[in-house]
Amino acid sequence: MSMDRRTLLKGLAVAGAGAVAPVEASEKYAEAPEDAVGMLYDATRCIGCQACVTACKTANNLPGNRYNPPEDLSGDTKNIIRLYEDADESSYMKSQCMQCIDPGCANACMIGAFKKREYGIITWDPDRCIGCRYCQVACPYNIPKFQWDTGVPLIVKCELCNHIIHDPDTGTLREGALPGCCQACPKEAVIFGKYTDLIEDAKQRIAERPENYWGPDGEPKIFGLTDGGGTQVLYLADLNFEKLGLPTLGDEGTAKQAREIQHGIYRGFIAPVALYGVLGLVMWRNNRAAKKEEG
Amino acid sequence: MGRRDEWLDLPADLTDDGVDRRDFVKVCMLAAAALGLPAATGVKWAEAAESGLKPSVIWLHFQECTGCTESLLRTSHPGLGTLILDMISLDYHETLFAAAGHQIEKCLHDAVEAGGYICVVEGAIPTKEDGIYCQIAGRTAIDILQDVGGKAAAVIAIGSCASWGGIPSADPNPTGAVGAQEILPDKTVINLPGCPSNPYNFLGVVLQFATMGTLPALDDEGRPLFAYGRTIHEHCPRRAHFDAGRFARQFGDEGHNLGYCLFAMGCKGPETYANCSTLHFNEVPDAWPIGIGAPCFGCTTKGVGFTKPLFQEAALPPNYVPPIHPSDQRGPITPGWAGVVGLATGAAVGGALMASKKLGEGETEGS
Repeated sequence: MSMDRRTLLKGLAVAGAGAVAPVEASEKYAEAPEDAVGMLYDATRCIGCQACVTACKTANNLPGNRYNPPEDLSGDTKNIIRLYEDADESSYMKSQCMQCIDPGCANACMIGAFKKREYGIITWDPDRCIGCRYCQVACPYNIPKFQWDTGVPLIVKCELCNHIIHDPDTGTLREGALPGCCQACPKEAVIFGKYTDLIEDAKQRIAERPENYWGPDGEPKIFGLTDGGGTQVLYLADLNFEKLGLPTLGDEGTAKQAREIQHGIYRGFIAPVALYGVLGLVMWRNNRAAKKEEG
Repeated sequence: MGRRDEWLDLPADLTDDGVDRRDFVKVCMLAAAALGLPAATGVKWAEAAESGLKPSVIWLHFQECTGCTESLLRTSHPGLGTLILDMISLDYHETLFAAAGHQIEKCLHDAVEAGGYICVVEGAIPTKEDGIYCQIAGRTAIDILQDVGGKAAAVIAIGSCASWGGIPSADPNPTGAVGAQEILPDKTVINLPGCPSNPYNFLGVVLQFATMGTLPALDDEGRPLFAYGRTIHEHCPRRAHFDAGRFARQFGDEGHNLGYCLFAMGCKGPETYANCSTLHFNEVPDAWPIGIGAPCFGCTTKGVGFTKPLFQEAALPPNYVPPIHPSDQRGPITPGWAGVVGLATGAAVGGALMASKKLGEGETEGS
């Protein structure tokens, strides 16, 4: 999909109108869409074989393989397994896009290249992207990556293998189709499914073996249930998620916080009126001074 | 065996009178090649055998299924006939002996008296109730092993039973079965675990001892490093499928038919130390569990085979996984800090503006 002038202007007009009279997006993104899908990663099951890293590259046609393993998410790595290790504890950890219920990247993207679409999957549209990389700054999980080393760089981030699981012609999920990483995992440490089913599954795992999972005050925690406004990728682990590289966010999404600040400034049209009022005042004073000099 | 020998242009039976030196040396060289040793070693073996330096071997059977012997019977480089008639002097072996009763016991006695023999132990030794669960000629397995093994020049424990207890020692271990090393704590026992043990590993050890009088380098569990130094996983022909994340999920599924990695079905290759993946059994290509599509059972490794459930996933050996650095995390960006940075930037911009204005004024004045 390429964009013509008309669409661009339309988009700008809509964006402008949105800034003037904001639709309360926070309410729209308060909960996951009804048909939301996601993943559940259970760090206690992961054995660090990194099959998912290779499978992700295969599924997304990205360069690199197991024999030249990536160190971190990058312009050609959408999914990574890393290891936390200290004197007496260790755990593997998977990183990929969290598919936020209220995504910071989509909120920051001024041109709508990032969108939360069917099934709550956040996709990126190369034809819209202008390469500003605000998404990288806006993501609390540090996920979107920019291809610094290519002439025509892309933003690279996990899209839950949307091209595999989602049939664009019928608009439905393909029967039995799984994202690359979930196909590959030999231990079912990462599974794909309906968001609500995954939450049930995670709760059941906790109920069965509560001693296996970490949580504040000994209460096992599902990361992503409420963190940062909730994410469609959920995590279970036996270590503090902070050690595993996940930030401690409140129940409020960073996108919501950003919106509140921005919308707060423009509330009731006060800020533009005040700004133009001051400018007008300055001009009036300058004019008066000039006239006096002439006179 | 006959057919295979025909392919290799070898006489069907080397014990015939028609065997010349050339054929015999050829067999020894083939045996050396099968073990990954240089051809010159084969020539040495042949020379040793010709000069009558055949080592005496006493083979003891205890709690076992004779599988290791059966496996050895089916080797062809060298064939068992060549091995026991030309290369070693098998003085006592309950499965292969024609004699019985007092006659065979006398042979055993004579061989022990002569000394300098290799004692091969097949099977675990029961220790409960003073070892009454396995007795031969009125003697318990403990007695026999302490007597024969104690005087041996070298003790080889063939199979998992003799190495560390194997099946007989599986929980609840009703007979208190243990490996040969526990009965002979002061002796160096060469363990060749496996169920069955690969006959070539056995032949390699025996022929090295017969030819050079030395024993192979051992690990801390008494296993020769040449055979048990690495895990099956390290050289598995299906390893590429593991690395690419292609796993068979159940017997007969698409991945299984395509020969994908069996790890997800509980293959113990990653924690099993043996050379099965590079040295298949009895010269038949792919004649080993993973080769025929069955997950490795971990038979050579104590605590894995006969201990862990067949379909339970194996523990992976340490592998390179990129670390999580605390510095990867974003620092806390508070509104206060944002304000400070904003003020600093504003001051810098304002300062620069003022400076440039002054510079401009200076230029106008100067011109």
